[in-house]
Amino acid sequence: MTRAKPEDDEYWNSSKFKAFTFDDEDDEFSQLKESKRAVNSILVDEDEDDVERVSWSGEPVGSISWSVKETASSIRSGSEQSFPKIDTTPSLSKQGSGYSLSSLFKAKSKPGAFQSFSESFSDTSFRTYAPELRKPKSDGKDFVSDLSPEETVRRMQKGRPFSLEKFRSLQDKLLLLDEAVAVYDGNVITAVLIFLKKSLSKEILFRELMARDVALRHYVHYLKEMGEQKLLVELLKALGRTEDMALMHYKEHLNIKDEGRRRDFLKSCLSLPFSQDDATHVQDHYTLLERQIIIEASDKKADAEIFKKFPRKASILNMPIITTLYYSCFYHYGESEGTFSSPSNIRKTFRISEKQYILTALGARAKLKSWFDVDSLFNTKNWLGYTKKKSPIGFHRVVDILHKNSAPVQVLQEYVNLIDDPDLKLSGALKYKCHDVVINTYRDLKDRQQLIVYREKLERDSPEYRKIQELLNNVQIRWKN
Amino acid sequence: MAHTEWKDAPGLPDFSLLKRLARDQLIFLLEQLPGKKDLFIDADLMSPLDRIANVTILKFCLYTSSLKYTYFLFFFCRLCFLIRPRIQTVKWISDLVNADKVAGRFRRYKIIFTPQKFYACETVLEEQGVYGDVTTDEWNFYILPLDDDILSLELPEFFRDNFLEGDQRWVTTAGSALRLLQSVYGSFSKVYGIGRCAKMVYESWRELMEDGEQRTRQPEFAKVFLVDRDVDFVTPLCSQVVYEGLVDDLFRIKCGSVEFGPDVTSSDKSIKVMLNSQDKVFSEIRNEHFSNVFGFLSQKAKNLQTAYDKRRGMDIQQMKAFVADELKGLKQEHRLLSLHIGASESMMKKKTKQDFQELLKTEHSLLEGFEIRECITYIEEHINRQVSMIDSLRLLCLLSITENGLLSKDYRSLKAQYLQSYGIEHLLTFANLRQLGLLEEQQAGETLTVMESKVGKLVNDKTVGKLTDAFSSLAKKSNFRALSKRLALVPKSGEEYDLRVPRDMAYVFSGAYIPLSCKLIEQVLERDGWTGMEEVTRMLNGQEFAVTGGSSSSEARSKTDAQRIVLVMFLGGCTFSEISALRFLGKERGCRFIVVTTAITNSSRLLEALLDNSA
Repeated sequence: MTRAKPEDDEYWNSSKFKAFTFDDEDDEFSQLKESKRAVNSILVDEDEDDVERVSWSGEPVGSISWSVKETASSIRSGSEQSFPKIDTTPSLSKQGSGYSLSSLFKAKSKPGAFQSFSESFSDTSFRTYAPELRKPKSDGKDFVSDLSPEETVRRMQKGRPFSLEKFRSLQDKLLLLDEAVAVYDGNVITAVLIFLKKSLSKEILFRELMARDVALRHYVHYLKEMGEQKLLVELLKALGRTEDMALMHYKEHLNIKDEGRRRDFLKSCLSLPFSQDDATHVQDHYTLLERQIIIEASDKKADAEIFKKFPRKASILNMPIITTLYYSCFYHYGESEGTFSSPSNIRKTFRISEKQYILTALGARAKLKSWFDVDSLFNTKNWLGYTKKKSPIGFHRVVDILHKNSAPVQVLQEYVNLIDDPDLKLSGALKYKCHDVVINTYRDLKDRQQLIVYREKLERDSPEYRKIQELLNNVQIRWKN
Repeated sequence: MAHTEWKDAPGLPDFSLLKRLARDQLIFLLEQLPGKKDLFIDADLMSPLDRIANVTILKFCLYTSSLKYTYFLFFFCRLCFLIRPRIQTVKWISDLVNADKVAGRFRRYKIIFTPQKFYACETVLEEQGVYGDVTTDEWNFYILPLDDDILSLELPEFFRDNFLEGDQRWVTTAGSALRLLQSVYGSFSKVYGIGRCAKMVYESWRELMEDGEQRTRQPEFAKVFLVDRDVDFVTPLCSQVVYEGLVDDLFRIKCGSVEFGPDVTSSDKSIKVMLNSQDKVFSEIRNEHFSNVFGFLSQKAKNLQTAYDKRRGMDIQQMKAFVADELKGLKQEHRLLSLHIGASESMMKKKTKQDFQELLKTEHSLLEGFEIRECITYIEEHINRQVSMIDSLRLLCLLSITENGLLSKDYRSLKAQYLQSYGIEHLLTFANLRQLGLLEEQQAGETLTVMESKVGKLVNDKTVGKLTDAFSSLAKKSNFRALSKRLALVPKSGEEYDLRVPRDMAYVFSGAYIPLSCKLIEQVLERDGWTGMEEVTRMLNGQEFAVTGGSSSSEARSKTDAQRIVLVMFLGGCTFSEISALRFLGKERGCRFIVVTTAITNSSRLLEALLDNSA
């Protein structure tokens, strides 16, 4: 485009020359007009292109049922009646921040406010600052840069050509943004935000977004999708959302593959302003990975019996705490608390509850079929020196876990016997075929009928069968049935 | 017992038209590109595309491949990408174009966005310096009919984008889908809705209709109901027990078809099966409570045997007729029957393995607000044993929503145990769940603070303070217990519920709970609006609306079938249980429901969309 000289500026701005504009033969001016026309025709061409594209049914693509019909806004007012609006009733409470939904709904119904403002705007500042964009009045209405925020947003919604260049004052930019928000079109909101991002300093943009919740959320999401981590962190910091910022930063560790670098990154996260709880968790995360790296390094080349018998299926890196504990109960059981890989050390470092510890250790030792270890998990000595079995988890669960690890009946039986609840005990015994327990329970219940029924399920002449036989023949028992 | 078609059911509009329109437009777009081309299709679009245009597309290109972020070999110098408008994908394409440029390869590139393009995507092309090298187009494929009464937008990301991120990019899409339905199938007499997004979608739809020309057509729907997913999170978090829902929970139905593995087919092959009303066996059991399905299938098997047995004693003429007329149908039925029996068996096996009964018992206790301590202990053990990560999360969320947040002590301890069992990076997941109001910590003295915070807002007018309010206001109180009482969602315990003869929609959850979303729909349709439900809507955070259609012909059409068709649009996804419940409701009330959803969802999909534990 040709550049206007200073005197042209004067020419354009002073009313003195107005009478001549129409037929002016001035070279530069006609050149300007020429290029203007060229610009316009490009836009118009595109426009017509859209309309003229013909679909399979012979109709222009622009008018097939689902695509947006490009019509002048005049049609709108005519059909307004036929599609009802939602009553903007007071049931919507106005919320604290900038744009509550109710005000959005209202904004739609009176576009006049925006219109008048932008008109007054284009009369003054626009012409002074951008004279080269001015063009003959006749086709002025069509030119996309002459449009109000409302019309611009409408064009954007419909995918028609538009220009954001003329929105230069902060006020205009914000009007444009608010208009986009008012039509709920996330696509347009983001488009405007991209424009603002490029044309406003981030401090100003952040400041303005503070009072505009909907726009802010779009902006945050856009930055997330674009992977603009740094700017995002800055934004959250500026908004005073320090916890969100900390989490956002912490999330980065997921992208780091190398465990050493990941550990270092987690270490750098420790000083971030997490909530108190989360700070503990992040500290744990760092400690965990640090330990895992140490354990992994030594176990990779470990040649202890257990590693040969049960080769490791995967590395322990980046596994959850409980998985690490299980691993340690599997491969490093009985190590002294001083070593990092010992179960007791892990239990202590990560403040693992007794219940959780027992569950995990039970699973690991049962898998290895070390029933002795399983036994000693539950053994407690009372003050008289008697050993007694106690468990923070119900013994029916213990039995369940043992069964899943295919424990032999003798082991199962012992634990089924420890179930407190008589019903659970009986059902457990039946389920895992602990005949002795079943028979004893029925005997205690003096339930002769059930015993007879159960006898039928057993193999003839098995010890259990004979036991029932003996019981049934015992005349001393007073059966209830 | 099986839901068979009732006598005077209103006929449903023919939705296959939508498929044809979409297919035709796609063909048109592809025809515009001259010559042979490599066509790359977003992996997410493969199944939907399969439903509408399997063979026809291939006519235009020699080579089709699902778009994966891997290295390609290209055959032609024209590349066409058919993708969802996602920044990641566009970035990847830009890299590819730039790599070509560096290597001095000259090719033509075309991106077809579906259902629409986004400015953000075009900006990526511009920023990467490939705008112009790559041309773009839109394929306005808004709606995929999954069945006679299910229409899907196939946009699972709608849920996270809209409700978690607060991005309204899909609002216009949903509005356009409604506009499409209206312009093809005619107008409506009334629209109801509840939810922030529902309201915006309605407004967007209205704008679109005002812009376009008005068609005066015989309406095919009487009423439209729009509902946000976040109005009811409880329902999608419950284990599904109607057949179709259970199949979805266990095998994941994708675009109306499911892949049954070797354990179901009892062979070494997997079989892909379409699950819809065309499947005679399936259509009879899909809405049934699982406990009825076995009985039904075995009865069916017996009938089949009898039908086969007819052969005996036939003379040659009869046999000929039998083979010609019946045998094929019988064989078909036989095949389907054995598949569904296999599926049922496999489901039984899976469910008994993970103590399904106990899980259901816990869910029901939570819904009822009964023995909460025991529930917490159960959930804790579930977490401790590292059983399914999603199930644990699901139970936690159910606990939080039904109890209006967890006690501080419980929240901390359960969160800590969860992180220990499933990985500390789930910190991020917890932050998401909290923002959405799915899993929260009760604030001390919560009952008092409602008033206080309102006053506080007025006094402390710092922008920062306002902002945090605005953010937290999205995470709303669930008020589930009060809602459940008012709407009688949980039937009185102790009463026998005969699942063979369902008496209300609660049957989809073994008689323990009527889906909140469906109950709202029932109530509003009954009252013809929200009047009398002020208390309920207040507890649901307001945002309800009801508008009457403007077209004058509303009296004239009152006699037609259309009056009894209700279109329900779920914004953020809907479950098969809800669809079954609505089918039941329709049968009770003599109307038909058509479900439009942004995607079919279930507890796993819902929660997986909120996970943030991997890069």
